[in-house]
Amino acid sequence: MALTGLFLISFLVVHLIGNLQLLANDGGESFNLYAKFMTTNPVIKTTSYLLYATFIIHIVWAILLSAQNRKARTVRYAVTAGSTNSSWTSRNMGILGTIILVFLIIHLKNFWYEMHWGGIAKVVYDGVEVKDLYTVVEVAYTQWWYVAFYVAAMVGVMFHLFHGFKSAFQTLGLNHPKYNPVINTIGTLFSIIVPGAFAAIPIIMYVKSV
Amino acid sequence: MRITLKVWRQKNTQDKGNFKTYKLDNISPDMSFLEMFDVLNEQLVRQGEDPVHFDHDCREGICGMCSLYINGKPHGPKQTTTCQLHMRSFNDGDTITVEPWRATAFPVLKDLVVDRTSFDRVIQAGGYISINTGGVPDANEIPIPKKDADKAMDAAACIGCGACVAACKNASAMLFVSAKISQFSLLPQGQTERKTRAEKMIAQMDSEGFGACTNTGACSAECPKEISLTNIARMNREYFTAKVGSDNV
Repeated sequence: MALTGLFLISFLVVHLIGNLQLLANDGGESFNLYAKFMTTNPVIKTTSYLLYATFIIHIVWAILLSAQNRKARTVRYAVTAGSTNSSWTSRNMGILGTIILVFLIIHLKNFWYEMHWGGIAKVVYDGVEVKDLYTVVEVAYTQWWYVAFYVAAMVGVMFHLFHGFKSAFQTLGLNHPKYNPVINTIGTLFSIIVPGAFAAIPIIMYVKSV
Repeated sequence: MRITLKVWRQKNTQDKGNFKTYKLDNISPDMSFLEMFDVLNEQLVRQGEDPVHFDHDCREGICGMCSLYINGKPHGPKQTTTCQLHMRSFNDGDTITVEPWRATAFPVLKDLVVDRTSFDRVIQAGGYISINTGGVPDANEIPIPKKDADKAMDAAACIGCGACVAACKNASAMLFVSAKISQFSLLPQGQTERKTRAEKMIAQMDSEGFGACTNTGACSAECPKEISLTNIARMNREYFTAKVGSDNV
């Protein structure tokens, strides 16, 4: 969970850098060229297969471990006081992960599937035909409920990262009084800034559209 | 003090079990939780009922025998053993729910008594040092840095009560096993069997049916001996290096 989780965290950064180009005031040119690059460059394509595998391993492994953990306590307690000894996020990574998974499926259908196999209109930049993914995104973000769903999912990602970021280091054996404060601070900031920036993009685009 | 107890009663491992409610008057706030149970049992014996079975031994907080899950927390509201918990930690008129440790690896034998021999089997798998004993060696023959000795001693403070397993939402035994692995891996005497010890003890832990660690930290927060999560990180390091470096296939 830790290794795949850290790889997915690094993916978030790359994804965010790409998304930020949606805000460039050029009618979507830089974003569309970037989208073409990401779907055609051989290095990126190879990495993307690694990414798909990482997502699947992270999800399947989580399901297997959850099943094992349920089997480890078949008779439940009548009274529990989990909030007195651990954080809410640490106890609900499965629920948060499921929220993210639901978002991921819808998100992939709307943009990733459409980009690869959907009938997207094309635009021409300097004589080269490029799929106009920008317009697909722009149209999606004019619907308030889609924006609300997106923001809610990013809140889920934030809480998932609050625990996941630092937990990954503990699992990999890094627990040291010198580095723990650094990991915790970077983890908390990352968990707020990155999903926050993701969520800001559809909000800004929605506000522009009305 | 007047208290109402909701106690888990279960005849044997096969029995389904259920809660029974008992009312107690005249409980002294200075009584330990186990002494309060003694009062309850005397009352039950007088009434011709089967007394509530529970584990206890030293009643000094050092043996690790007592094991009650009180109001949703192992060893109750204070971070100590049940025998060191006093009735002054509760309020007059409280209802207190008492359950056994819940884990597949700790089957209930009767009432509040659970079978913790799975811990013993983990120790038997490698929680020892194989050295032929002879004359007592000189105390300073093997130099050990004070800091390492302190860390090993902190890990060795584990009394194996199982509160970590009881507290963990996954019933994971990682804190217990990591303390037992750490106390040896930090000392020169533990080096000879270091890698095989980590492999064998973790394999035994897995085969006993404990859950996986999700780093919630509940174990350490509830541990009466304050065993730190750094031990789990150390055990993970031991495991990785053992898997890479040991001769076992």
